[in-house]
Amino acid sequence: MAFVNWLKRHLVVIAGLVTLGYLLLPNIVVTVFSFNKPKGRFNYEWQQFSTDAWRDPCGVADMCGSLSLSLQIAVWATVGATVLGTMIAFALVRYRFRARGAVNSLIFLPMAMPEVVMAASLLTLFLNMGAQLGFWTILIAHIMFCLSFVVTAVKARVMSMDPRLEQAAQDLYAGPAQTFLRVTLPIAAPGIAAGALLAFALSFDDFIITNFNAGSTVTFPMFVWGSAQRGTPVQINVIGTAMFLVAVLFVLAGMVIGNRRNRQKA
Amino acid sequence: MTNENSGDVRLSGISKTYGSFTAVHPLDLTVPQGSFFALLGASGCGKTTTLRMIAGLEEPTSGVVSLGDQDVTNLPPYKRPVNTVFQSYALFPHLDIFENVAFGLRRRGIKSVKKQVEDMLDLVQLGEQARKKPHQLSGGQQQRVAVARALINHPKVLLLDEPLGALDLKLRRQMQLELKRIQTEVGITFIHVTHDQEEAMTMADTVAVMNAGRVEQLGAPADLYENPNTTFVANFLGTSNLIEAEVDSRSGDDIVLKAGGGKLVLPVARCSAPATTGGKVLVGVRPEKISLTHADDAGEIPAGRNRITGKIADSSFIGVSTQYVIDSAVCPEFEVYAQNIDRDSRLVPGADVVLHWSPAHTFGLDAAQDIDAGVETAEEEAA
Repeated sequence: MAFVNWLKRHLVVIAGLVTLGYLLLPNIVVTVFSFNKPKGRFNYEWQQFSTDAWRDPCGVADMCGSLSLSLQIAVWATVGATVLGTMIAFALVRYRFRARGAVNSLIFLPMAMPEVVMAASLLTLFLNMGAQLGFWTILIAHIMFCLSFVVTAVKARVMSMDPRLEQAAQDLYAGPAQTFLRVTLPIAAPGIAAGALLAFALSFDDFIITNFNAGSTVTFPMFVWGSAQRGTPVQINVIGTAMFLVAVLFVLAGMVIGNRRNRQKA
Repeated sequence: MTNENSGDVRLSGISKTYGSFTAVHPLDLTVPQGSFFALLGASGCGKTTTLRMIAGLEEPTSGVVSLGDQDVTNLPPYKRPVNTVFQSYALFPHLDIFENVAFGLRRRGIKSVKKQVEDMLDLVQLGEQARKKPHQLSGGQQQRVAVARALINHPKVLLLDEPLGALDLKLRRQMQLELKRIQTEVGITFIHVTHDQEEAMTMADTVAVMNAGRVEQLGAPADLYENPNTTFVANFLGTSNLIEAEVDSRSGDDIVLKAGGGKLVLPVARCSAPATTGGKVLVGVRPEKISLTHADDAGEIPAGRNRITGKIADSSFIGVSTQYVIDSAVCPEFEVYAQNIDRDSRLVPGADVVLHWSPAHTFGLDAAQDIDAGVETAEEEAA
């Protein structure tokens, strides 16, 4: 009976912990196996502890090159999609123009369409145009599918913005440029940042569309896929763990800054 | 300010239409420098549109807006020496109180803003809150920030768009006095838009009552209340009892009217309608001007007073006064507010009574208008 009561009281916490475990387990496995010293070419069985891979993360041929390429594409795709997406979002919310309804639904297509279909159609398009497959075709494709996520994130924010704030800025001697920089942009910033983060994450780990349109260029996800056919180097786990840690650090930093700001306010 | 009229706001024939809908009919209005002016009307009457045309946030379809001697019709809002306190304040959520108040100064390139902002925050009693964000303040405090943010720029005219609408009743009363105090202190022209007739009358020197895109009547609050020119003003500003009557004869400065078999006297000076013998006019009297006497004591009523007989249909005691609804032949729901000085215990629903008032408190209106104009709108706004 005592146990049942205890269970009743802690049910929410237990459910939370189980869910968290479910989410974290793959990450833990990846991390643990980044310290493995496998026998043979596959890193699927635990052999013995070793920090070899961590000391030499670029020890696998071509891996760090593909990583750097993926990061570059992700950065530029984020910049491109965020700038374009923000402008589209503002246009869709603030202005009434002829094709507004159509653009509004078209923007959602990349999200709704199966990736394989989009990848194949893009390839057809590029081939017909005679485009050289590689960095630029990947970048164009990434900006295209990241756009819809940025637009959605920014649009939600812009829609909830009180238009009177901009009128108030104008009333207080801010011209159109000043109003945008001092009021509109800072207030829309959280939406834009959310859109940019989404775009970066989506671009960095995209495989299907990239694989179709990359030509002979190899991004990090493509490298991982390719090497999994022949044998998985421990370094892949090292990069995976490092990415996970960087993301966790970002989140923690964000929380610390937010907390400090709140404490200052109080 | 170089001359005395530099803060006058002059609207000449300004109008605003949206497609086929006319929000404001061509309107002429002069608000003198240093006055506290109220635009009063129900929602949708065009008062906010008028205010926004003065601010430059709305472009007039026709007409000219001038500030002092300057024609500002084509100036964008950020070039007009006018500031606005917006409905629900529109404080910048990402800036603290200090930066909100400093915003206008900084945009005009003024570098040392600290002293001015601190003085202004002291004026509105928010010196302690300078580093808080708007959402951390109460409604009344936010309202004061909005006023400070506008006033710090020393505008020629301060526009207030329903600035107290979001506050509860007690705070609203307090802020009405506060705003009035600030206006007296800084001497800037205030144009205040409101749907609350009590608020307009408490605060403003001059009230313009707007209805359906037109100014119905303009004047000092007491003048508007005592001498409404239209049924809309009579009903929207407080409560009026309106009776349809026929002109019987003229006697000196008075008009004698026939209503429901009885006779009523109306001073010629207080009748805004042409009164030809045999014609119709609407006779009005405010509920608090009327005395109520039980029918048994009818003989004690002094001669020369207008009287109507009726039966009490309903009475409600509200502390300082008792409000009666009287059923009479000339008007089915005659309202009477009686001060609770000596309460006559016979005055209960069902009692026969005589209503009587001084002819001087009677006003006359053109009978061609809708007798209930403004009644519903006033009730909707109160709800």
